[in-house]
Amino acid sequence: MQEEMVNTFTAKAEAVSAVVRKVSNMQQALEYAVKICDEKEACRLLLAGCELAVSNSAAELCQFSSGEKFIAAPGLDRDALTGLQALAKERDIKVVSSGLRKYASGLDMGLAVADLGLAETGTLVLECSSEDLRLSTMLCEINILVLPVSRMRTGTDEAEEELAAMMKNGSAYLSFITGASRTADIERVLALGVHGPLELHILLWEDD
Amino acid sequence: MLNADNIKEYLSEIEEALQNDFQRKTLDTFAVAYRTGRANAFSGMDIPGLVKDIARSKDDSLAEMDELYQQFKEKAQALGVHVHLAADAKQANEIIAGIAREHQCRNVVKSKSMTAEEIHLNVALEKEGMKIVETDLGEWIIQLRKEPPSHMVLPAIHLSRYQVADLFEKVTSKKQDSDIFKLVKVARRELRREYVQADMGISGANFAVAETGSLGLVTNEGNARLVTTLPRVHVALVGLEKLTPKLKDALLLLKALPRNATGQQITSYVTWLTGPSECKSSADGKKVMHIVFLDNGRRKLSSDKNFSQILRCIRCGACANVCPVYRLVGGHKYGYVYIGAIGLVTTYFFHGRDKARLLVQNCINCGACKEVCAAGIDLPGLIKDIHARILDEEGHPPRSKLLAMVLKNRRLFHMLLRNMRFAQLPFADAKARYVRHLPSIFMKGQDFRKLPVLASTAFRDKWKSVKPNVSRPKLKVGLFSGCAVDFIYPEQMEAAVKVISKGKSIAQDHPEKQTCCGLPALMMGEKDAARETARQNIEAFASSGSDYIVTLCASCAAHLKYGYPKLLEGEKGLEQKLKAFTDKVMDFSSFVRDVMRISPMLFRKTVQKVGYHSPCHLCRGLEVREAPRANINLVHEYVPTAEEEVCCGFGGSYSLNFPPVSRTLLAGKMANLRAGGISAVGTDCPGCVMQIRGGMARAGIDIEVKHVAELMAEQLK
Repeated sequence: MQEEMVNTFTAKAEAVSAVVRKVSNMQQALEYAVKICDEKEACRLLLAGCELAVSNSAAELCQFSSGEKFIAAPGLDRDALTGLQALAKERDIKVVSSGLRKYASGLDMGLAVADLGLAETGTLVLECSSEDLRLSTMLCEINILVLPVSRMRTGTDEAEEELAAMMKNGSAYLSFITGASRTADIERVLALGVHGPLELHILLWEDD
Repeated sequence: MLNADNIKEYLSEIEEALQNDFQRKTLDTFAVAYRTGRANAFSGMDIPGLVKDIARSKDDSLAEMDELYQQFKEKAQALGVHVHLAADAKQANEIIAGIAREHQCRNVVKSKSMTAEEIHLNVALEKEGMKIVETDLGEWIIQLRKEPPSHMVLPAIHLSRYQVADLFEKVTSKKQDSDIFKLVKVARRELRREYVQADMGISGANFAVAETGSLGLVTNEGNARLVTTLPRVHVALVGLEKLTPKLKDALLLLKALPRNATGQQITSYVTWLTGPSECKSSADGKKVMHIVFLDNGRRKLSSDKNFSQILRCIRCGACANVCPVYRLVGGHKYGYVYIGAIGLVTTYFFHGRDKARLLVQNCINCGACKEVCAAGIDLPGLIKDIHARILDEEGHPPRSKLLAMVLKNRRLFHMLLRNMRFAQLPFADAKARYVRHLPSIFMKGQDFRKLPVLASTAFRDKWKSVKPNVSRPKLKVGLFSGCAVDFIYPEQMEAAVKVISKGKSIAQDHPEKQTCCGLPALMMGEKDAARETARQNIEAFASSGSDYIVTLCASCAAHLKYGYPKLLEGEKGLEQKLKAFTDKVMDFSSFVRDVMRISPMLFRKTVQKVGYHSPCHLCRGLEVREAPRANINLVHEYVPTAEEEVCCGFGGSYSLNFPPVSRTLLAGKMANLRAGGISAVGTDCPGCVMQIRGGMARAGIDIEVKHVAELMAEQLK
């Protein structure tokens, strides 16, 4: 039953270009994130922005020197954050967990743990009343979300009561995230990363 | 946005739109791709069940709009949200401008909202000296071009990458590449700066959940998340019809919205806002949040028995995606602010009669929108109703009054039709098959197809001589010929009589007092005349005692079966007769295959390749799809061709009123049939025969066009 749900989730998420991997603990998730960040070019948006013909004022938005890399992880608990910092330091990657407004020009990566998964659409549910958490999942180029498999539901029918309870109990900002930011507004050609992440990676944490 | 003041100007705008090759090609590709995308997205789901659930859920919400508003307001206010109710566009704009003044906001970033388009919010705020930037890519593009959206979901679908590149050159003062991915990145970078500078974010909402005071926002780009996060003030503009009692209702709508809109199972982002959230650019660290609910006629509309269903609309845009007229002319010529079929309807209520008058005439009544609507709105029916309402308000034009007067009097109508043949003969070609030329007042723009002359003897005048004698019948069939078969193509009904007479012990009757089904009157907004002819037909068949009422015309059949109950609803003393009548109505192909279960042994099957054109009112009106194809395959080799279910462009009087659209639809139909390598095409509607046969004859294409009844009768052993 659960295996079937995980398979459905994976298929649906991959169908919208998400990368889905399994991890058996949080440490593996952190290692994965740091590895991907290390392998990617530094802030492609900024590089691309420098190459591309953006207006002068838009170009000024970038205040970081080329080559620096940032992972935003405002929602991680203390242990995970410490673990991430240690791993990131080895690769010369900076970890930020607050004040994300400063990074409006772009972040390399956002890392967070999702609250629920909805298998029928490959969706992640993220409680992000915290402004920094919202920004980390929007300003980054690669969005990495860890989903504990125990938090996976078949779909909105099954999750409806939990979702309603979250809204009633102070979740001021609840996001369903499915794949990367996308547009088809120019000639109906699908382009990823119009405002938010260019990639979404989902790490299924087999927590039970 | 439509500029024309009269039908002549509108037609010339349409001609111009038809010359827009880029738009035509884009919308063609989209129309075809959309069908597959939608089908995949809904695969394995019970679509009719879902549509029914949505219609019920929306109707329930609409019935308690005021209560839901109160409940929402209490919940949201308790969380610290300022809730407003604006009676109309002007008031909504004033409220939002007031919020901006109060909080000293100058720079606004907006995420896409059709409701904001409805009230022309940007214009109003710009007058206040504010800077507004649309952040949805498509909306930003059209904002830079100072145009309205041409599609509810894909607002810039009418533009090419080259046009976008030119536009971005102006914005950035840099030379731009026309590569779409690069253009998207440029927009990303340019718009980031706007989010950072903005002090107010304006969004719409797809759902307003009363039980929690939550708003739901459905987006793909994620711009709404930035618009509702970065600026210190957030204003949401929400139509009252977006209120739902519970989250459950909103989640139900969410099942259909992305699937029906873009063929996605869900959009990239769905955002639920429940009260102000953390905002670090605000003095107290909390977002200033205002929700402005818009009435603008919605409260009144919600209690209108017929028109309240308009407010079920979930703004998916599917009605435009499948509309053959939209596909040709694009959104700027097919709507005011709201476009597509729902736009034709809402324009009257939200923007007034002046803006709606021409638009409501431009519906070919093919029913494609109704079939695809996620909320089960009877769009073509409502368009006709609004047309009739406008005529009642403004006075009926002489031509339509004359038609109504004639139609109400069956004897006069039939006498005129008989005499018309003699009037036509001087203009007919040598074989008297087609009208060769007509005085230009009748023929303006009509020469894209040959029009038939009336038959020398109407079917009603032949009936006595062709009526089969059946001793001890077990089943009685009443034939309803309809005007086109009766007076133009009696041979089609003669063929049908031959085929039906092969059934054992089936008696046939052609009640003398039957008349026009009344659909043409309804199409012209003449509801009274349509009711009168309906009553006459019900009466004519009541005395005949038929078990089935069989017709060769798909449009007649759909109107007799589903139009009559709507037209004559609540008419005292007629309920039983009406039901007895409508229950018996059946199209020829279904009768032959499903009731008679006609034997293949009766026919000589050939190897001739024959295609099929599916009449709109048969495939969508009556949901008959298999029978005519199977019938063709009994006698010839049926060969499927592309887009069989797309309208041929006839649409009755539509083709006379909108010849450019009719002409172009016909050209597409003929191209698809030609590509099929067939020598003949069968269809189950005399109107479609008239259109396609006339087009083939005009273009000199050697593909025969026949009614399925004729194809069958010809091959009887």
